[in-house]
Amino acid sequence: MESIGVLMACPMNSYLEQQLDKRFKLYRFWTVPDKSSFLASHKDSIQAVVGNAGAGADAELIEALPKLEIVASFSVGLDKIDLAKCKEKGIRVTNTPDVLTEDVADLAIGLMLAVLRKLCESDRYVRSGKWKKGDYVLTTKFTGKKVGIIGLGRIGMAIAKRAEAFSCPISYYTRTEKPDIKYKYYPSVVELAAHCDILVVACPLTKETHHIINREVIDALGPKGVLINIGRGPHVDEPELVSALVERRLGGAGLDVFENEPYVPEELFGLDNVVLLPHVGSGTVETRQAMADLVIGNLEAHFQKKPLLTPVV
Amino acid sequence: MAAENQSHTSQSDLPYVLILKPPPSFALFGDHVLDSPRFQYLKAYESPLPLPQFLHTHAHSVQAVLSSGRAPVTADTICLLPRLGLVVTTSQGLNHIDLSECRRRGIAVASAGNTYSADCADSVVGLLIDVLRKISAANRYVKQGLWSSQGVYPLGYKLGGKRVGIVGLGSIGTEVAKRLEAFGCSISYNSRTKKPLVPYTFYPNVVQLAANCDALIICCALTDETYHLINKEVLSALGKDGVIINIARGPIIDEKELVRCLVKGEIRGAGLDVFEHEPDVPVELFELDNVVMSPHNAVFTRESFEDLCKLVVGNFEAFFSNEPLLSPVALDHLPHFSGGKD
Repeated sequence: MESIGVLMACPMNSYLEQQLDKRFKLYRFWTVPDKSSFLASHKDSIQAVVGNAGAGADAELIEALPKLEIVASFSVGLDKIDLAKCKEKGIRVTNTPDVLTEDVADLAIGLMLAVLRKLCESDRYVRSGKWKKGDYVLTTKFTGKKVGIIGLGRIGMAIAKRAEAFSCPISYYTRTEKPDIKYKYYPSVVELAAHCDILVVACPLTKETHHIINREVIDALGPKGVLINIGRGPHVDEPELVSALVERRLGGAGLDVFENEPYVPEELFGLDNVVLLPHVGSGTVETRQAMADLVIGNLEAHFQKKPLLTPVV
Repeated sequence: MAAENQSHTSQSDLPYVLILKPPPSFALFGDHVLDSPRFQYLKAYESPLPLPQFLHTHAHSVQAVLSSGRAPVTADTICLLPRLGLVVTTSQGLNHIDLSECRRRGIAVASAGNTYSADCADSVVGLLIDVLRKISAANRYVKQGLWSSQGVYPLGYKLGGKRVGIVGLGSIGTEVAKRLEAFGCSISYNSRTKKPLVPYTFYPNVVQLAANCDALIICCALTDETYHLINKEVLSALGKDGVIINIARGPIIDEKELVRCLVKGEIRGAGLDVFEHEPDVPVELFELDNVVMSPHNAVFTRESFEDLCKLVVGNFEAFFSNEPLLSPVALDHLPHFSGGKD
């Protein structure tokens, strides 16, 4: 399979890169000085694209690669892939579900605890030497707080299961109410926000869910409410969120994703009720390895004409 | 909860509760947050008299003492209070109270009971996720603008499936276990005695527990037996992929040895709410991104403090009405800590 051209959209994992290099003819898109002329000269050799949460395969790229057969994403989110175009052209698409579910859910809870209990600020307090002068402020108890989840897929359910262990009452919003779910359903995000203490975004990013967290939702969540985003930056109207936090109209936020990564609004840097992470939801040694193995496994299965491991299209 | 303010002169009939040093609640909520119409406070720290003299002057009036971690109740103090019948502490820990002397004198002791268990357990989980997933370190990284300039942050470690070893399976340890099970962790423990109805694996000593877990959580009381329980041997058994979380008492860990292991990379990381000589913290830890620290505030939430205030007042009121205490400590089987905090 060493002659099969695989285009890697951006750097994502050195083990994955190494393995793809060994098994295929790997092209590292980010090292190419002139992308359009590269595509023009290599269009007949590239049969696969490997993308991630940051870069995938949009209509333009797909059109430029007539021999493209498969797009394998190093992520579970598919918002960077033009799925309709892939379907139209018979291009297979795979992602990395399940292997990262636990890590993302763990991080969501970790962010809830970090924001409510001011863990990062407490750590800073100790490191600054201020503890010698006096105790740190009181924080907010997490156990028993109402957790509202947007999206009750694998990740949403995993978050619910964890939060339940802290006696948190769980409520949720999804496009349609799910049967056999014991959690309280709200038919709109605003209503969900109005009835919970902590609101967490755990749904896929689509046209419908773009800016699902808007001014109205933020107002409903309120000055004691906390927003946790482990989905995608564009789920949140970021300027609205920033002004709500700066003006203390929202109680706090734990954010792993942003509209324009790696750029994070600097107004958030000085806020002690905000925890900011550099998109590390699935960022563990164990999980990235499992994700890489899935990408490789899917590509090999495809080119060996075997069933794909985790197909989406 | 807090009663209306009362002047000094009108309650000569009300029994006295002695306070040696103000509890944390006073600094946070003011001096009257623990007031009650059924008793009054005698504040030793407001008197110009040296303590022994103060105690001597008021010895006959004091039936109860309000203690907290920074206001220990020593044998010397107890000795000077012949009418002492109750010590109520705002803490869950009892290492600052001479329990043998209380037992000998028939003095009842009441603590924070289960008030703090959830908050402590929440802190444990928060610190553990923070250490493994590098939350505080990554937050620092982003807030310093380094994500856009220096790029991708190093990977953390998965919590799911990790083996968690709990030292001390009391009310806090049990709450920790319940939470971490939901994250897919397997739970084992060491306690003074094996607990028959508990589904977790028991190890008869801490070295074996450490050798068989990825995250060692300290949830036990500080006593003579547990002083420096976590020593070189235990840390070595925990190993370079192991993490330690301490929300109990600093002196349970040999801090010098812990610092050495962390600096040398002999264990993976640590989450520490308590230290041997608070508020002094070994400065070597400030250089490390795999250590998360908090200023002994694992229980300092608004909600718990409100619950605690009700409990403290409730205990004193019960005592003075000859009713059962709300959160009595059974002294008979409790080991003592003679190390004493000053």
